[in-house]
Amino acid sequence: MVNKTRPKRIAVPDKFSCVACGSCADVCPRGAITVWRGSYAVVDAEKCVGCGMCSRICPADIIRMEVRA
Amino acid sequence: MKRVVPSRPHWYHHLWLYSLFFFIAGYFHILFAWLGLISFLLPLVFAVGFGTKGFCNHYCDRGQFLRMFGGQLGLSRGHDMPGWMKGKPFRYAFMVFFFAMFGNIVYTTWLIAHGAGSLQEMVTVLWSIDVLWHWAYAGGTEPWVAAFAFKLYSFMLTSEIIALALMLWYRPRAWCVCCPMGTLTQLICQTKSGQESDA
Repeated sequence: MVNKTRPKRIAVPDKFSCVACGSCADVCPRGAITVWRGSYAVVDAEKCVGCGMCSRICPADIIRMEVRA
Repeated sequence: MKRVVPSRPHWYHHLWLYSLFFFIAGYFHILFAWLGLISFLLPLVFAVGFGTKGFCNHYCDRGQFLRMFGGQLGLSRGHDMPGWMKGKPFRYAFMVFFFAMFGNIVYTTWLIAHGAGSLQEMVTVLWSIDVLWHWAYAGGTEPWVAAFAFKLYSFMLTSEIIALALMLWYRPRAWCVCCPMGTLTQLICQTKSGQESDA
C-alpha cells in the first residue's frame, strides 16, 4: 500500500513583488505554478510538493517556502 | 549556483540561439539590427492582445539566453539582488529612462531622415564608449535606415551587457526584474486584468 503523505512545505510567492517573468513556472517539476494574466505567479497547493526549486531560481527572491498549516 | 534545467523541454528553450544570431549578424551587417524591433513589438502584442506575459514567460530570446547560460550551464553566482533593485521605484525609473533613450534614437533618426544630422558608423556601448563599426555597413540604403540600425544595435548591446553582468552575479534571469519591456508589459497586464498593482 502506497503511503501518500501530504508534503510538509509549500511555495508561497509574494504577488505584490512578483515580476511575472515565469522562471518559477519553467522549473517547477509538477507544473504547479502559473503566471496569472501576466501579473504574478500563482501556486496550485494541490500540486506543489514543496521542493523549493522555484524559490531558488526566482530572480527577485520573492517565493518563500512555508510549512503547510 | 547549482545547475537548473527546465522541468519539461520545449522548443522555445532553444530561442537563445536567436539572441546569439542577432548579435553575430549585427556584427557583420548592421542592418540585421532592425530585427531588434521584434523584441519590442512581440511583448506588446502578447500584453495588449492577449493580456499575458507569454513573451517573457516563454519566447524571450534574451530570457532564454540567460536561463541557458546562467541556469542550465550554472554560470550564475546566485546572489540575492539588493532590495532597491527589486523595488518598484527603481523598476519604473529604469523603464522611463530606457524608453527615453529609445525615444531619443527615434528622434535622431528622424532628424537624419530630414537632413538635419549625419550618419555615424559607430556603436556606442554603455552610453559612453564609441566603437568604430564601419565594416558592418557598405552603403546601399538611406542614411537614416543605417543610422537607426547602428543606434538600435548600440541599445541592444548595452542592455545585453547589463543583463549578462546581472546574470553572472545574481540569479540567471536577474535582468527580468528590471527589464523595461517586462515592467511595461506587466503594467499593461495588470491594467487589463483590473487588479490593483499596488496594494
